[in-house]
Amino acid sequence: MTTESIKWFWYASPQTFFPLAGRIARVCAVLAPIFTVAGLYVGFFVAPTDAQQGEAYRIIFIHVPAAWMSMLIYLVMAFWAAVGLAMNTRVSFMMIRALAPTGALFTFIALWTGAFWGRPTWGTYWVWGDTRLMTELILLFLYFGVMALQASIDDRRRADRAGAVLAIVGVVNIPIIYYSVKWWNTLHQGASVSFTKAPSMAVTMFTGMILMALAFWMYSIAVAMVRVRCEIMENP
Amino acid sequence: MIFPAVKTIVRRDLLLALRRRSDVATALLFFVIVASLFPLGVGAEPNLLRAIAPGVIWVAALLSSMLSLGRLFAADHADGTLEQMLLGAAPLGVVVSAKTLAHWLVSGLPLVLIAPLIALQYDVEAGLYGVLALSLLLGTPVLSIIGAIGAALTLGLRGGGVLLSLLVLPLYVPVLILGAGSVEMVAAGLSAEGQLLLLGAMLIVAAAFAPWATAAALRISLE
Repeated sequence: MTTESIKWFWYASPQTFFPLAGRIARVCAVLAPIFTVAGLYVGFFVAPTDAQQGEAYRIIFIHVPAAWMSMLIYLVMAFWAAVGLAMNTRVSFMMIRALAPTGALFTFIALWTGAFWGRPTWGTYWVWGDTRLMTELILLFLYFGVMALQASIDDRRRADRAGAVLAIVGVVNIPIIYYSVKWWNTLHQGASVSFTKAPSMAVTMFTGMILMALAFWMYSIAVAMVRVRCEIMENP
Repeated sequence: MIFPAVKTIVRRDLLLALRRRSDVATALLFFVIVASLFPLGVGAEPNLLRAIAPGVIWVAALLSSMLSLGRLFAADHADGTLEQMLLGAAPLGVVVSAKTLAHWLVSGLPLVLIAPLIALQYDVEAGLYGVLALSLLLGTPVLSIIGAIGAALTLGLRGGGVLLSLLVLPLYVPVLILGAGSVEMVAAGLSAEGQLLLLGAMLIVAAAFAPWATAAALRISLE
């Protein structure tokens, strides 16, 4: 092993990661409110009223970024689970513990705001037949499952590894959520933003959504880093 | 080396189940009782019962299969056999697959066989028996295979049963949707081919990959 590759593991030690996590948390905690204020301002005052949905559509500035985060955080969690199981690094398992509550929070926000948006637009809070709604609900249960499994095992090493295995198993759900609107033609509309084609909405709407997404990123990173620091302090 | 191991384990587990028949019977009785509770709860309207029959039978099968998961590894864990299997020459994935197969033969197959009787109680149309049995035949092995992961993760934990349901039920949802959906498709006069093919695909994918996760979970639980 060359010295170059060893540097990858420099921050794998809780002692070296602790100050880094503090620095990252501080930067993100400052940026999160800035992006939030900017995003909400663009979303509520600059973006035009939607021709079909009226003002009710503005909930997408919370709903869509929250739904993105709910899936992304699960992928990140599963990534750390795989790293933890393969490399046996303690910080990776602490990342799972730090990320799971935030992921569950964003999944809940995505479901809740979706219900509020669905009431005036679809005429109902919840549709049992819709695949995207179902898979997102399963995602929420998966987050709860990982947290419950970790909480109910006393031996910390076993708790970490069992939670990691469950996180990796649950990752099959993520592509199903992502492609559900393409594979099944049910009530939930298609993707709002695509990587492959130009956005199908006004530029200001798009800007508002991206700003809110950045705000949620910053919030998630800040909170996760603070939680990792707590984990390290509890189990040095 | 692999097939003798599978044969031995399946035979051993079946023999153990045969010696303790009450365990098998309890899960089956649970299935029958849950299915019988619904008409008492929602009322005896024949059309309503006919409409909810596929869903009720599938949910009851799901719960019954989940309840019997605790037996999958618990007894072998308690008397140390599981550790010997871990140390043995056969790969752990093969051991897990064989145990899951035996578990399905004991807890899943009887459900497939008894489901038409429940369907009869619900006055389901005669044309739906075939697709109901076929969907259960394809779906219940998936329940055992996925459930084995949860059983391995919660091995030896206090309150493991409730935790197991929290871990496993979300993963069961696609099987439930496809299984009950296939019967409803036929009831609506359409082809259930899509649902049944997807169930078959899930069975193949789960049988190929889930034993790895179960083996990893067992190693973690036993270390």
